[in-house]
Amino acid sequence: MPECALTLSLQARKLACERDDRWLFEDLDLDIHAGEIVRIEGPNGSGKTTLLKILSGQLADYQGELYWNGEPMRESRQAFLESLLYLGHAPGVKAALTPLENLAWYQALAGARGNEAARLAALESVGLVGFEDVPAGQLSAGQQRRVALARLELTPRPLWVLDEPFTAIDRDGVAALEERLVVHARAGGCVLVTTHHELRETAELRRVRLGRGGQPHAGH
Amino acid sequence: MPVTDARSPATGRRTPAEEAREPGGGLAVALWATLKRDLVLLMRRRSEVLNPLVFFALVITLFPIGISPDPQLLATIAPGLLWVAALLAALLSLDSLFRGDYDDGSLEQLLLTPQPLPMLALAKVAVHWLLTGLPLSLMAPVLGIMLSLPAGSYVTLAISLALGTASLSLIGAIGAALTVGLSRGGVLLSLLVLPLYIPVLIFGAGAVQAAILGDGAAAHLAILGALLALALMLAPWAMAASLRISING
Amino acid sequence: MWAFINKLRSPKWFYAIGARLQPFFWLAAVVLILVGTVWGLAFAPADYQQGNSFRIIYVHVPAAFLAQSIFVSMAVCGLVFMVWKIKVVDMAAAMMAPLGAAMTFVSLFSGAVWGVPTWGTWWMWDARLTSMLILLFLYLGVIALRGAFSSRDSASRAASVLAMVGVINIPIIKYSVDWWYTLHQPATFTITGRAAMPMEMWAPLLIMVMGFYSFFIAVTLMRTRSEILRRESNKRWVRDLATEER
Repeated sequence: MPECALTLSLQARKLACERDDRWLFEDLDLDIHAGEIVRIEGPNGSGKTTLLKILSGQLADYQGELYWNGEPMRESRQAFLESLLYLGHAPGVKAALTPLENLAWYQALAGARGNEAARLAALESVGLVGFEDVPAGQLSAGQQRRVALARLELTPRPLWVLDEPFTAIDRDGVAALEERLVVHARAGGCVLVTTHHELRETAELRRVRLGRGGQPHAGH
Repeated sequence: MPVTDARSPATGRRTPAEEAREPGGGLAVALWATLKRDLVLLMRRRSEVLNPLVFFALVITLFPIGISPDPQLLATIAPGLLWVAALLAALLSLDSLFRGDYDDGSLEQLLLTPQPLPMLALAKVAVHWLLTGLPLSLMAPVLGIMLSLPAGSYVTLAISLALGTASLSLIGAIGAALTVGLSRGGVLLSLLVLPLYIPVLIFGAGAVQAAILGDGAAAHLAILGALLALALMLAPWAMAASLRISING
Repeated sequence: MWAFINKLRSPKWFYAIGARLQPFFWLAAVVLILVGTVWGLAFAPADYQQGNSFRIIYVHVPAAFLAQSIFVSMAVCGLVFMVWKIKVVDMAAAMMAPLGAAMTFVSLFSGAVWGVPTWGTWWMWDARLTSMLILLFLYLGVIALRGAFSSRDSASRAASVLAMVGVINIPIIKYSVDWWYTLHQPATFTITGRAAMPMEMWAPLLIMVMGFYSFFIAVTLMRTRSEILRRESNKRWVRDLATEER
């Protein structure tokens, strides 16, 4: 087991979030460690995306405490952001830029100039060979999402928070992405994912269920 | 460097050398890339860049038609007209400053980088000014001719607009950041931002009028510069806070 | 002070203490405004230049002071809300804004009414009125922004940011408008830019100003308390309150 497995942990204590006078969840405790794929489940509207946004630090309107690697999120925010890769509902791909240009910007945002060979390799790994120079607006929805997924290859980060990453992906792509998640977890990273797609049962997989009336159950 | 990085699980392809992780280097890379990206994006939508300029010319055309073509009259009101029309043209293009990124999910990503958001937002505003404010200031003297703007004030007109539109872009960007998440944010944006534009308008138009009278333009321009400095210091933080609020809701 | 801030975090505490303070401020407001009005309208000496029409300053000036003070209060509330996340403070800011806008309008209207006998016109672009008009737009902007968000937390934070941005701009706007006015208008007389007023004139003015401020505090306490009830309506203490009053 890689040593870094001991250092990765994202924890939530007594997390509560109120939206439109309705409590999405209350008193939620969550522990995510290296080597895990945690799937947040629940019916539509149960607050899965909201929970992911809170955990990734985008939403400030919550009660409770978050901890990254044992320290309060307030103090370790910088380190947390350097370890996080978040893919949201919208792929974050600019229609007027080519996939290569999109990836180049994301690499630069992470502080690295990178090189074209790496970007091409990343696009190849998600099956977008031949489309590198096509403006992303001309790609299909699934292809645009693949450009976003290429970031998983390109910018190595230990914590992946993925909101509905399988949207619009075809069956082969789904299998490849599932495999990718497992490889990442086994190498010591951790994955937090929401999806309607049934993930393959593996040792790394854990479920957290958000239910109606905000009764979360964490279990396997 | 975080402990997890060297033994990063995902790929063995990245070498530490590729990372350029010292803080200064990372920010400079991100800033430059954001500048380039926004420039490329705007240049690929040429019409969007030209729209404010055409609007500027159209509005200027409306006034002689609506008021009177008398050159004497126009010469008196030309400084103010040029400034107001340029101000409105700059305002017009502000709504799309963050909206594209908001709609396709890039804004979320901007908020999640370890790089300081105020600086990245500043880079976007800089591009906006380069492709909106600056062209407006260069075009204004031409329209000044059409309004019989007295000689001796053309250079001051361009300089005052260049300085002023930079402040307008900064202040307007705060409004754009606050309203980017709202469905009909455009009209609200104008309501929020126009009162804040008034000091810039006063000193900008005042500079041109002073130049016509023959003195005092330098004082006005200096104040415009001071307003710009103030905006540069404060606006990026307000922008960043506002962007976070908009993503929230 | 920290103890006070922590107490503020509880809307229930504010509700209770507001109930005790309200009557005092209402009383002060009524008494002061009554005394000030009677004194100002009936007993203060007529102005040398303007005769009796100057008496409108007993409404115009307090309204103008209040209009500016309320905006500053809103901005301070906004800052406190953003830093310490105290909800009561945000509720107060939300309730203050319409009152501030109304005061600005009163000041504009009374200024215009004053203009009729003084300048012979209903509107004059002098520095004071122009600044007040811009302030009115700033108020409307904050109110509109707060109302445009569907999430209350976002609305509160956005309004706080805008109020803070606005408050920084207010002195800049005032200075610019003053400059603009002196540049374009040869010095005619300004509304209060004259030799110091004798005590018989400014004493009722002071009383009116204090009366207006008491009114502001009383109304804000009252409206904030009802906003507390509205927002916390699903809490037990509110339900208990409702049942015990029945």
